[in-house]
Amino acid sequence: MSDIASRVKAIIVDKLGVDETEVTNEASFTNDLGADSLDTVELIMEFEKEFNIAIPDDQAENIGTVGDAIAYIQENAK
Amino acid sequence: MELKRVVVTGMGAITPIGKTIDEYWNNLVQGVSGAAPITRFDATQFKTQFACEVKDYKATDYFDRKEARKMDMFAQFAVIAAEQAYQDAGIDLQTIDQDMAGVIWGAGIGGIITFLDETRGFVKNNEVPRFNPFFIPKMISDIAAGHISIKYGFRGPNYGTVSACASASHAIGSAFDLIRLGKAEMFITGGSEAAINEAGVGGFNAMQAISTRNDDPATASRPFDKGRDGFVMGEGAGALVIEEYEHAVKRGAKIYCELVGSGMTADAHHITAPHPEGKGAQRVMENALKDGNINLEEVDYINVHGTSTPLGDIAEPLAIQRLFGDHAYKLNISSTKSMTGHLLGATGAIEAIASILAMKNSIVPPTINQFELDPEIDPKLNLTPNKAQERKIKVAMSNTFGFGGHNACVVFKALD
Repeated sequence: MSDIASRVKAIIVDKLGVDETEVTNEASFTNDLGADSLDTVELIMEFEKEFNIAIPDDQAENIGTVGDAIAYIQENAK
Repeated sequence: MELKRVVVTGMGAITPIGKTIDEYWNNLVQGVSGAAPITRFDATQFKTQFACEVKDYKATDYFDRKEARKMDMFAQFAVIAAEQAYQDAGIDLQTIDQDMAGVIWGAGIGGIITFLDETRGFVKNNEVPRFNPFFIPKMISDIAAGHISIKYGFRGPNYGTVSACASASHAIGSAFDLIRLGKAEMFITGGSEAAINEAGVGGFNAMQAISTRNDDPATASRPFDKGRDGFVMGEGAGALVIEEYEHAVKRGAKIYCELVGSGMTADAHHITAPHPEGKGAQRVMENALKDGNINLEEVDYINVHGTSTPLGDIAEPLAIQRLFGDHAYKLNISSTKSMTGHLLGATGAIEAIASILAMKNSIVPPTINQFELDPEIDPKLNLTPNKAQERKIKVAMSNTFGFGGHNACVVFKALD
């Protein structure tokens, strides 16, 4: 697992209080990991902080799964 | 229209002198002070360096980490006390009508800990607006009522009351009225507060409202004593389950007592100082007794607001004497804030509980830290100094007064 992927997953485990084994690339924040809309906003903010990036709202809307988040960050993190 | 009768069937409390009803009551009777040096933050720069904190509180003893993170401490205390009261009342969700069960909850301030944390982050981050999405729903003072309703599926009337230190009494009084009018059958009601942080202590210090007796915290809350120098901040929550009398009987609930009257008035005098003659306080007691159809001579015990501030502690006994006349000398009066400190928006709830338990156990909890009575207070009043007193209680009342000039009073009566 890449460094980015493990850091993303650690944030999700921490913020959503889910087990690490549930945090697969295919897992959807809302459908699989029990996040509501506020949780999702918080996750995006945590990713921004951790990787020192800004994720515009229109892009954030497309990040629905763990894999989406990892891919976006890999592409945009400096 | 005939008003319905209302009874108390469940109680819960998390306080500076006990995290359960039993522990709270035992320490009240034994005269234990909850005051100690502040542990929540480094208070060395503050004029006041002590408070009545809930001891050894860990949110994760009650909530999973994810749940705890989404609730300010004032809402955590609310849910903890509500759960105790709910269990105590033996409610079976299968047999009650959840559409007729509500939550009215008092908090004088609300999520001030959350507010300070978030504004700190804002300043630290060069004022770039990156607030946590849970900031507002953690902070707003009505959210405790929301959390409790979600937990039990109570879909009846639901809101918060805000009247500073009278908030919980207003909550209880409002819930009481809605049951009497038939708009709900049952409520979880009460109040909570968690304001022992830099902003809370610093703010009250700036008002010169709180004691600075840093060398002896345990004797700092000394209502009516000549040496008093302000109140001592407390935190925690108290919860009551109140319900319509027939409803309680039908489900075979244990009944503590009847809630017979409530009063609500304003001083309309000054934002923080009480009316010097206690006129608002006198009228609120008068209204509450009239509401409950109680004669002055029937009252045995008044759990007074008595915060240990210079002005308030003079006005309230005066109000009692003006209203009760000679019967004032036959009353037991006590300020349990001498032990718990002042729980602000929760105080009306934990003191209603103290009044009910006094009635149940025929013991009046004391006003501790009585060294030398203020010469302006009539020494013939029985302030239940330093030691609990045995007394059969038929009627007990609880007074609360809040900054803003809000006064509230609730009256409890033993079931015949």
